[in-house]
Amino acid sequence: MAKGIMIIDGVRVPFDGEKNVLAVVRKAGIDIPTFCYYSDLSVYGACRMCMVEDTKTGKIEASCSMEPRDGMSIRTNTAKLLKHRRMILELLLASHDCSCTNCAKSGNCRLQELAQRFGVRHVRFPDTRPRYEMDYSSHAIFRDPNKCILCGDCVRVCEEKQGQGILDFAGRGSELQVMPAFDKKLSETKCVSCGQCAAVCTTGAITVNDQIGTAWRAIHDPQKRVVVQIAPAVRVAIGEEFGYAPGENILDRIVSALKIMGVDEVYDTNFAADITTITEAEEFLQRLQAGGPFPMFTSCCPAWVKYLELNDPKYLKNISTCKSPMEMFASVLKEKYAEKDAADSRTTYHIAIMPCTAKKMEAARDEFFHNGTPDVDLVLTTRELVDMIRETGIHLDELELESPDLPFGLGSGAAVIYGVTGGVAESVVRHCLPDKTKNALRQVRVSGIRGDEPIREVTYDVGGTEIKIAVVNGLVHAKELIADVEAGKRFYHLVEVMSCQGGCVGGAGQPYGLTAAKRERGKGLYAADASALFKRAEKNPVVTAMLADFGPQWCHDHLHVHYGTEE
Amino acid sequence: MSMNQRLARVSEIIDAHGAQPSQLIAILQDTQSAFNYLSQEDMTLIAQRLGISTAKVYSVATFYENFSLEPKGKHIIRVCDGTACHVRKSQPIYDAIHDYMHLTGKRKTDADGLFTLETVACLGACGLSPVLTIDGEVHAKMTPDSALALLDTIRKEEGLAK
Repeated sequence: MAKGIMIIDGVRVPFDGEKNVLAVVRKAGIDIPTFCYYSDLSVYGACRMCMVEDTKTGKIEASCSMEPRDGMSIRTNTAKLLKHRRMILELLLASHDCSCTNCAKSGNCRLQELAQRFGVRHVRFPDTRPRYEMDYSSHAIFRDPNKCILCGDCVRVCEEKQGQGILDFAGRGSELQVMPAFDKKLSETKCVSCGQCAAVCTTGAITVNDQIGTAWRAIHDPQKRVVVQIAPAVRVAIGEEFGYAPGENILDRIVSALKIMGVDEVYDTNFAADITTITEAEEFLQRLQAGGPFPMFTSCCPAWVKYLELNDPKYLKNISTCKSPMEMFASVLKEKYAEKDAADSRTTYHIAIMPCTAKKMEAARDEFFHNGTPDVDLVLTTRELVDMIRETGIHLDELELESPDLPFGLGSGAAVIYGVTGGVAESVVRHCLPDKTKNALRQVRVSGIRGDEPIREVTYDVGGTEIKIAVVNGLVHAKELIADVEAGKRFYHLVEVMSCQGGCVGGAGQPYGLTAAKRERGKGLYAADASALFKRAEKNPVVTAMLADFGPQWCHDHLHVHYGTEE
Repeated sequence: MSMNQRLARVSEIIDAHGAQPSQLIAILQDTQSAFNYLSQEDMTLIAQRLGISTAKVYSVATFYENFSLEPKGKHIIRVCDGTACHVRKSQPIYDAIHDYMHLTGKRKTDADGLFTLETVACLGACGLSPVLTIDGEVHAKMTPDSALALLDTIRKEEGLAK
């Protein structure tokens, strides 16, 4: 890695291993503008906004594509550069649907931000493009090609992070567009609904399918009892939109806000995550006894399940038959609220607030429809809830805190870490390990099951058997792992897969954030675990009592699902 | 030729290039010369065999003017639009043929599948301009009328009424 000193706008700036000049400039405290540069992805060099001028030669070059050299002297804001940047912006705006006021991305749009920053008030060129058709076909995301500026961030995240390659450029010159192969609708492709394209989109060209209107209609319908469950990852990210630090757990404020908004009952997905841990651990121990099939894959992430279904269906038998916590919650609610509905002749309307766009797809799956209605009526992402709270004008910091309702508001520390990569595996391990001491918990914590690496491997001793576990985040790495398992290079008993970087805290329904924010959110969940009253799923008194009451047959029928097979 | 036979042929072409992603363009070219266009099934198979995304193959196929994603007609007309031909009024010839074939939008092949209309940058026959080729045969000093007369003759030979 190169080391040395650069001169940026006359100031000496040391560099040590930064991969490009752009990173050094940003380190020096200058927010150089970019569209196509996304630090988590490969360098593309298309937007030319990050150009800098060499003080000696007067040459201009894109700083994202330049390696820092010792003694290099550049300026970042010369008259020439400012003129170029304004021209680039003007041309981009000329071929962009500038309907900002009613765009879902307004306020979070990079194009809008930079056009404002550079004072582009007038566009001299008419938009000569034809009107492109919008794509409403996906449950998770919505594509409006009229707003695309061709930065290619979505193309690269889909290929490099998720290994899917659903979107790519097509055509050339003025006809260039980003689209799926053969200009198909997303629903006709192998899109897994992870939504990461929407998370990195610099404009409003790809946004999350907005179902806020449906939510309000249900909340305002007196015939409906609106019951909400909130996923673990939501509580440590939603605050970012209201001035709280990433990772700060504001669940109690969210519960309070939802009540003011008119929601009848607010519960915690953690409750169902405890059921998942117990059920999944049981299944795992059974597989250990039966000798397979291994690896057992976790089933909580709907994008991952969809990926196998579409690309590698032979592994569907390896997926745990446990429903995801969201769907387990729905099964419990259906069972428990049938009587309640009959008694007061209202219908229970179940909303799940998730960090995830793929959950919208999961809720729409045939397996989770009974008698023509979905088990979860509506899935809202964290950001949709942010918009709803903003709409009401509620100030979160002035609210009285309120904890989730009982009985389904109670969850263990093992449940809250479901929202971070490695959490599901850790919870299952806690349940399976015969040693129930504090020390055992500590050993698991530092075993390497936690962390940022895309693939982590850990080994535990469960009653004399050596158990090999892998934890994966990012679908591209799951592909890699499967290839190795298939080639006999690796063997695991249990593999946890989360499609998004960092696990659910990095879900596409969360506030926009880079790796650093995702890491803080993960820490927030671990902190919640550390201060939880009990840290093992089986210690949840409501869950254990309820499962005993339901009995094994009910659990078998209602907590399991068989993807891609008929049973 | 059935779809399976066609895909078997595409597979042979892929093998001939060692199933290397770096050979994508060569594979697309050979596939196109075998069937005169690239079908969605061809491209899907190529993507699968090379281990790249279908969107990527589509991206390359749509980038180059030379690749056709629709079946071409039996006879291929190329109107030269090089500088010399252009100056000597090749555009009205192109327009006349375009109308004759009832083409709309981006379509280059007529409804009967008889003709495909393309342009070519220069044939090096500037002394004979404006020129066009039909199935590789050069026709010199064309006018809109003489061009349409050629097409009429072919239609008659094919047993199709004007």
